[in-house]
Amino acid sequence: MTVEVHDLKDFFRRAPLPFTSSRREQQIPDNVWTKCANCGELTYQKQFNDALKVCPKCGYHSRISSREWIEILADADSFVEHDADLQGIDILGFVSPKDNYEAKLAATSERTGTNDVVMSGSASLEGLPFEIAACNFDFMGGSMGSVFGEKVARTVERAADRGVPVLTINASGGARMHEGIFALMQMAKVSVALTRLARVRQPHISLLVDPCYGGVSASYASVADIILAEPGANIGFAGRRVIEQTIRQKLPPHFQTAEFFLEHGMIDAVVPRSDMRATIGRLLRLYERTTSSADHREHVVAGHQ
Amino acid sequence: MTTLTELLPWDKVQIARNPQRPRTLDYIRVLCEDFFELRGDRHHGDDQALVCGISKIDGRSVAIIGHQKGSDTKENVRRNFGSPHPEGYRKALRVMEHAKKFNMPILTLIDTAGAHPSMAAEERGQAEAIARNLLVMADLPVPIIATVIGEGGSGGALAIGVADRLLMLEHAVYSVASPEASAAILWRDSSKASEAAKAMKITAQDLHSFGIADLIIPEPEGGAHMDVPAIVHAVGNALREQISTLSALTLDQLLDQRYAKYRAIGRFRQAQTEIVEA
Ligand SMILES: [Zn+2]
Repeated sequence: MTVEVHDLKDFFRRAPLPFTSSRREQQIPDNVWTKCANCGELTYQKQFNDALKVCPKCGYHSRISSREWIEILADADSFVEHDADLQGIDILGFVSPKDNYEAKLAATSERTGTNDVVMSGSASLEGLPFEIAACNFDFMGGSMGSVFGEKVARTVERAADRGVPVLTINASGGARMHEGIFALMQMAKVSVALTRLARVRQPHISLLVDPCYGGVSASYASVADIILAEPGANIGFAGRRVIEQTIRQKLPPHFQTAEFFLEHGMIDAVVPRSDMRATIGRLLRLYERTTSSADHREHVVAGHQ
Repeated sequence: MTTLTELLPWDKVQIARNPQRPRTLDYIRVLCEDFFELRGDRHHGDDQALVCGISKIDGRSVAIIGHQKGSDTKENVRRNFGSPHPEGYRKALRVMEHAKKFNMPILTLIDTAGAHPSMAAEERGQAEAIARNLLVMADLPVPIIATVIGEGGSGGALAIGVADRLLMLEHAVYSVASPEASAAILWRDSSKASEAAKAMKITAQDLHSFGIADLIIPEPEGGAHMDVPAIVHAVGNALREQISTLSALTLDQLLDQRYAKYRAIGRFRQAQTEIVEA
């Protein structure tokens, strides 16, 4: 795939802190090649980064981290991270010779420099404020446990309190098995939080990126006011393997892609990464007008009295 | 309590799945004064894996939504072993909106291995159908009481399970994924289902200790199927009590309590302080 940066741990422990793209650029060497996971094309790292990690030959959208998403979408220096200090705990006593949850969490935190899947905070895009929660699939397959649910719920509540939109960027294999029923209930937790956002009439924009399945797909990510997806992203409730085992046949390649769900009426648009910033900017402006005209009416009424 | 409380989690899974165990319609037949089944989602079809309808209990109108497994092979085919397609969840949604319009408490009976995984289910938006129900139930302005009568499997159970009260039968189980699926995901070995059943903490007693299940309804000696009239009677009493408790609340109290109940579920650590919730 591509060169990954693993040594930002100390930086991300000192949250909240303004997020600057220059930091990342300092640490990725440009004089390396990266190989497309889809077609095998070799691209110069700098060229690959400039194309937002989309293959210039076949258009394959490589998976990128939550912090890379925030860099792409947030105005320079506008991102202030929240709740970075939330950490998972072994609720169920999940210690087996094969699978020790606390050890796995510690090792994954060490490797990725983050405490869990979701990175969340306040940001602006073209000067318009919003709250963001973005998944890092690289952290235990983007699995949703207590920390994930809590961070998304806090993001939504913060947006409701501030009266600004929420953008969620969703990449997940589903619920985190190690947290059992607590993981399942995070689906309900985020759903109750979303009722507050609806009450203040602020939109939830959901961006589905590869891959998005299970509990995330079957909760807040699929009932946003606007749902966008990246080209070729695999999306669904049940995984391909589970369905193939159930129906005992191979599924067609097009099945469960972003384009498939666009055809079946489940999402609003498939948006290439190069257009994502402009598209979300357009949406924020479209909803902003509604809000300000409502405020305007209230001011007029108040002024009249 | 009975001697069966000594059972292992995997034994409870077997009891919860026992073909003789009373199902949604067994409860409805006895508890409901006049059950009228509401069928179809008005878009695609009528999914018989979920039974929905209106009825009266003690003279009070209620809406009922429950998974229905079959009692023999033929019925299991018709009811898809109690695993709904999107149209089942959308039928349930229609009945929830119906209950809101006519101010009826909602009683849901959970008994499914999970939502059905298939091409047809994906094409028609299984994820959206489940997600929509969670969102709607989150602030539906009528009391909702969910009871796990057998097996509560994953999002397919939760899609009718966001409630003011969660009751569980003594030997019912409720989990993020079936023990077989959990073993396959965790250890790539579905034959380790009995180990997964233990590790995942899926029994009514586990969920009650976590504060997620509000009440355990004791089962007759040997399990619910050993004395169906007794368990139906016990469930009926528990439901009546919950309906009357929740009906005494104002709408704001009801919705604030529901918000607080779900908002608090989760355990994590923040800045050296261990937060223990739920
Ligand atoms: Zn390529």
